[in-house]
Amino acid sequence: MQQPHPRFSVLSGSSLSSAEHLSPTASSTRFSLPSATSINTALGTPKPGVRPNIYDRNLNKTRTSEVSASAFAFLFSEVVQYTQKRVSGINDLERRLNTLGYRAGTRVLELMVWRAESSSKAPKREIRFLPALMSIHTQVWRAVFGRPADAIEKSVENEDEYMIIDNDPPIERHISVPKDMNQLSCSSFTAGIVEAVLDGLGLPARVTAHHTPTQQFPSRTTILIKLDKSVLEREEILK
Amino acid sequence: MAIFSLWVINKAGGLVYQRNFADGLAQLTSNEYLVLAGTLHGIHAITSRLSPTGSSSGAQVIEGETFKMTILLTATGTKFVLLTSLAEATADLVLQRVYEAYADAVMKNPFHTPEMPVRSEGFDTRITSLIGTGQP
Repeated sequence: MQQPHPRFSVLSGSSLSSAEHLSPTASSTRFSLPSATSINTALGTPKPGVRPNIYDRNLNKTRTSEVSASAFAFLFSEVVQYTQKRVSGINDLERRLNTLGYRAGTRVLELMVWRAESSSKAPKREIRFLPALMSIHTQVWRAVFGRPADAIEKSVENEDEYMIIDNDPPIERHISVPKDMNQLSCSSFTAGIVEAVLDGLGLPARVTAHHTPTQQFPSRTTILIKLDKSVLEREEILK
Repeated sequence: MAIFSLWVINKAGGLVYQRNFADGLAQLTSNEYLVLAGTLHGIHAITSRLSPTGSSSGAQVIEGETFKMTILLTATGTKFVLLTSLAEATADLVLQRVYEAYADAVMKNPFHTPEMPVRSEGFDTRITSLIGTGQP
């Protein structure tokens, strides 16, 4: 039996290959899909009187729609509380938030690229690291948070480290970390999104979030990207 | 024209937040504040039954000779109490803003346990920017 990808078995121990877990006909009170049975019908003209389900909807329809920040804040607060009960320390909590962000990030990349390139005559993809970093800094941040990030920096000590800086991360706006946990950065979720986008573009890296407050911006956060050696080697060859 | 102090009382009558701004009221120990908050909670419940015209909410303004106490009762049973000087006219508005700040900085904070004392830096900061020193 194949081992599930470590990123995809965050909170439940069940493996992806167990079909009953995902079957819409199994009665499970946790997943309430409206019109669950229509997943199995062929795509095509829907029966009159049956609302098209979410999978058939045009992807560009919700391109510019926004989610209520308050609704997300409550959801994220519960995510953090739920995770906190099941971990043994700050590092573990950050790692779990990172994994959850990873799952969101794979979808962000797909949707973003589809929406940006599907209408253009010559779709292209970033294959070099610096353009990819620039596109994360503007497009991913714009797609997820509605505004570009604040700065990009390159580390002077290490060749393989780059940083994206956000002076006021929206997901952390209402979070006040207690004094005894002040190394925790809930932006590990955002770091997971960035890591998934980089992985999707073929630039594996380890991404972490660090709380770096300043006088002017007390919730300033730095997303640290540590590139894999293979990426550096490839950049050298392509130079 | 001053705001003396702000109390937040949870639905069971326990004091979860207390902060003083302008001078003008006696300084009490934290235990005395807890007792006062519990008493106020009881009085508020009694006054809601005293209305001659049927059901009513509890007392909203209690005035003394040198101060005024404005109480905002939310739909969830949390009470926001603002102690101000008699001349202060903006107490209701300030309490609304405090309620908004509470809903943001306290309720959305994953590190806050509901109905427990509020220890959120975010809430303190927002109250400071809202009320400041209490003097206009």
